[in-house]
Amino acid sequence: MAELRGYKELPIGAVPFRLSTDYKTGDWRALRPVVDHSKCVKCMLCWIYCPDMAVIWDGEKIIINYDYCKGCGLCAHECPVKAITMEPEPTE
Amino acid sequence: MPKQTLPQVPIKKGEPAYKLWIFEPGWKGELPLILNPRQLAEQKRPALLPGHRLCAGCAAPIIVKLASFAFRGPTIVVNATGCLEVATTIFPYTSWAVPWIHNAFENAASTGSGVEAAIKALKKTGRLPYEHVDVVIFGGDGGTFDIGFQALSGAAERGHDFLYILYDNEAYMNTGIQRSGGTPPFAWTTTSPVGKVIPGKQQAKKPIADIMVAHRIPYVATATPAHWLDLMKKVRKGIEVDGPAFIHALSPCDRGWRHGTELAIEIARRAVDTCYFPLWEWTPETGYMLTDRSLAIARNPSLKQPIEKFVEVQGRFKHLLKPENRELLKKFQEYVDLVWEDLLKRAANAPK
Repeated sequence: MAELRGYKELPIGAVPFRLSTDYKTGDWRALRPVVDHSKCVKCMLCWIYCPDMAVIWDGEKIIINYDYCKGCGLCAHECPVKAITMEPEPTE
Repeated sequence: MPKQTLPQVPIKKGEPAYKLWIFEPGWKGELPLILNPRQLAEQKRPALLPGHRLCAGCAAPIIVKLASFAFRGPTIVVNATGCLEVATTIFPYTSWAVPWIHNAFENAASTGSGVEAAIKALKKTGRLPYEHVDVVIFGGDGGTFDIGFQALSGAAERGHDFLYILYDNEAYMNTGIQRSGGTPPFAWTTTSPVGKVIPGKQQAKKPIADIMVAHRIPYVATATPAHWLDLMKKVRKGIEVDGPAFIHALSPCDRGWRHGTELAIEIARRAVDTCYFPLWEWTPETGYMLTDRSLAIARNPSLKQPIEKFVEVQGRFKHLLKPENRELLKKFQEYVDLVWEDLLKRAANAPK
């Protein structure tokens, strides 16, 4: 807390007013899912089961939004053709 | 107030990946229930936005997301205190793309009743610019089995038109894995620890869905996120019926059940395969009806797996696999079989 604010400056009640999409949960991740598009059969199970809404369908293929992916590995485990593999985060 | 932004993820065809559910006043009709996954991905957007701080691999957001695909139009979500509430609305952030209200731990159903009564009053005086506004309540097992039970029972008795979705992670996971009425027998929790004398929880799991059936409300069902089509259909049925509806959804919790983060769906699937958590729905007209995988198991009992399949992947049941505890595992199997046989006797569509 940089400075204390009075009640007049604070938002009314406990109303959450910012969207959580501003909060990137991608840095929770230890392993990152990588999609092999040549194996993908586009069954969309990863999109359905992703708890973080980090799997995106762009109309042609699956994209993983690494801003939000927490690296749980559900998509890789549930993929029926094993097109998603969990790989270590690249280190700079 | 900071500007609200939704991330612009490149989507070549169709709509952006995340959007707020905004219905213009005067919006009419019903959102379609899409069961084809590709069409679903193209046309539907979940009511829960990313950036929520539930644990990696939690099944609760999957249940919320799948339920939101079955919403039929403007919806107000009421939340009981629990993991879902504290992790999705950490001040000043909210993960909800739909109107959302939280009141207190014990009164999610009462808050929902109030919201529903307000909708009814606004409709009567012509101040509601929508045909229908649905109320969906999400409660955890603590807020449903134990703390919120009398509010839920009262709301069901008064007959308010809402859908209560219980995501059951079988303990108070939010506060640190304390036992609840939903914890199964022999499960380890921090308040039912496993030791030399006591092997985990001593009591059985409260049959909450059967208790709701006893209220004679129009619709009761059980569901898991692994059987996602089944869950979506049940949510839509629960929203469409006139009166209270209740869905008991199993929600594997990797922190509390002590399993890998990638196993939530697998465990939910095994819970149904071992008949630990049978899938069924109940209406006053049809009685108990088995659905999805449980119906397949009833027709072909050789598909039924032993309870070890469910127990072996979870750390909270680790002690049951020790050779000296074989008796307990047998007892657990007997308990599961008893519940399953009892359901088979009652189910109208089970082969006799």
